[in-house]
Amino acid sequence: MEPILECKNINYSYHSMTGETPALNNINFKINKGEFLSIVGPSGCGKSTLLSLICGLISPECGEILYEGKNISESSRQHFGYMLQKDHLFEWRTIRRNVLLGLEIQKKLSRETSAYADQLLETYGLSAFAEKRPSELSGGMRQRAALIRTLVLKPELLLLDEPFSALDYQTRLKVGDDIGTIIRQEKKTAILVTHDLSEAISMGDKVLVLSNRPGEIKTIVPISLDNSLSPLEKRNCSEFKTYFNLIWKEFESNEDET
Amino acid sequence: MKTKLSAQEFYIRQQKKRTYQIRIARTLILLLFLILWEATADLGILDSFIFSSPSRVVRCFYEMLVNQDLLFHIGITLFETLASFALVLLFTLLITTCLWLNDKVSKTLEPYLVVLNSLPKSALAPLLIVWLGGNYKTIILTGMSVAIFGSILSLYTAFMETDAEKIKLVKTLGGNKKDVLFRVMLPGNIPSLLSIMKVNIGLCLVGVIIGEFIAARIGLGYLIIYGSQVFKLDWVIMSILVLCIIAMGLYQCIGRMEKWYLKRI
Repeated sequence: MEPILECKNINYSYHSMTGETPALNNINFKINKGEFLSIVGPSGCGKSTLLSLICGLISPECGEILYEGKNISESSRQHFGYMLQKDHLFEWRTIRRNVLLGLEIQKKLSRETSAYADQLLETYGLSAFAEKRPSELSGGMRQRAALIRTLVLKPELLLLDEPFSALDYQTRLKVGDDIGTIIRQEKKTAILVTHDLSEAISMGDKVLVLSNRPGEIKTIVPISLDNSLSPLEKRNCSEFKTYFNLIWKEFESNEDET
Repeated sequence: MKTKLSAQEFYIRQQKKRTYQIRIARTLILLLFLILWEATADLGILDSFIFSSPSRVVRCFYEMLVNQDLLFHIGITLFETLASFALVLLFTLLITTCLWLNDKVSKTLEPYLVVLNSLPKSALAPLLIVWLGGNYKTIILTGMSVAIFGSILSLYTAFMETDAEKIKLVKTLGGNKKDVLFRVMLPGNIPSLLSIMKVNIGLCLVGVIIGEFIAARIGLGYLIIYGSQVFKLDWVIMSILVLCIIAMGLYQCIGRMEKWYLKRI
């Protein structure tokens, strides 16, 4: 099976007048269609940089990123959906018009696409709030609206950049559960960046562990928990603890090196 | 539940009382000032030739309304103020957008903008008369010169402070710089634009009056200068009071717009 996305020998550094900060070093991995990859690592290890690279917002200094076997370009970017840490719903738009933002920008707004948006709002319990302003919604609902804004563009590959980190713990568990289930339901390929090990294990098919800066791949742990369970239910599996300890050890060895 | 409700009622009553008291105090200050002014002028404590008096102002207002076309003077000043205000708004949006689009240009021009902003614009007015002549164009330009540089600098700062993540969002949705401008920068900065406009309307009025002082044969600024030269101080004081009312009215208009907008979003 050909991977949907492949990263080969990616290196990236940030430059400033005071010097060069290497962020990523020799990153290699593949992800297959329909797979859910979690990326964990200590803060500042270049997790978010990796997503920006994949999305084409910045270009790697060396190495290549292949989408369906071809180098990523402007046209491949429309197959990607990116979810940021905060929802960034615009206060001057209603929820419905926020959800349509991507369609407007890509000039794909038509009767069918806006009907699809309405259908997604309906499915994920936001249709009653479609004409409300973002400030009238709870944090979890706002994050769901942000996900719909991404899904309405029918992306093949979802890039999730710590999308739950701005929420309080309880909401975070619930929304993570919601969104994890939604992504499985829509059969999307996804890359989740997080610093929360439990979140990474409960949502992912594979967990990629990055080292301290400059980020290098320490290990990739395949997770075989029952995918018919929701992320929250997976946390109760007996193997969950084993995975947690395994990845935690990788993290610990990180600490020792510094 | 009942006690809670009455506590809420008590609170509301207190707040209402407070607003009411403030309103009364404001009106009282005005009345007291007018009464004191009138009384001291009538009793000869103040020389009403120099300081005028409320009754003389009212009489003067009425006479000028009938004989001197006062409404025309007011209308001209208002027109010039609104014209320069509209032009300032237009050019602020255009120039700020250009500066934002090109980082290098904005960095290059920054010191010039800062100098032009701190320069006392009344110093430019005599030059403008020589260049453009003593007509309404000069006056509108003087009005603009007072407001425009500060206005560009404020809006540019607001543009620069716009959340970088919002810009990233538009880019991840496949947007280019034009999308960022029309979907984030402009709609997102309407509140800052409104508060800049609130400052601008007052500055434009200042500029227009400066312009009328030196380049006009009509308008309230002209009435003030002419009145002081021929010692008709009733004219001067009456014109100043009319200016007060205009300034307040214009500010209120934009204040209302701002309130309406903030409530809507």
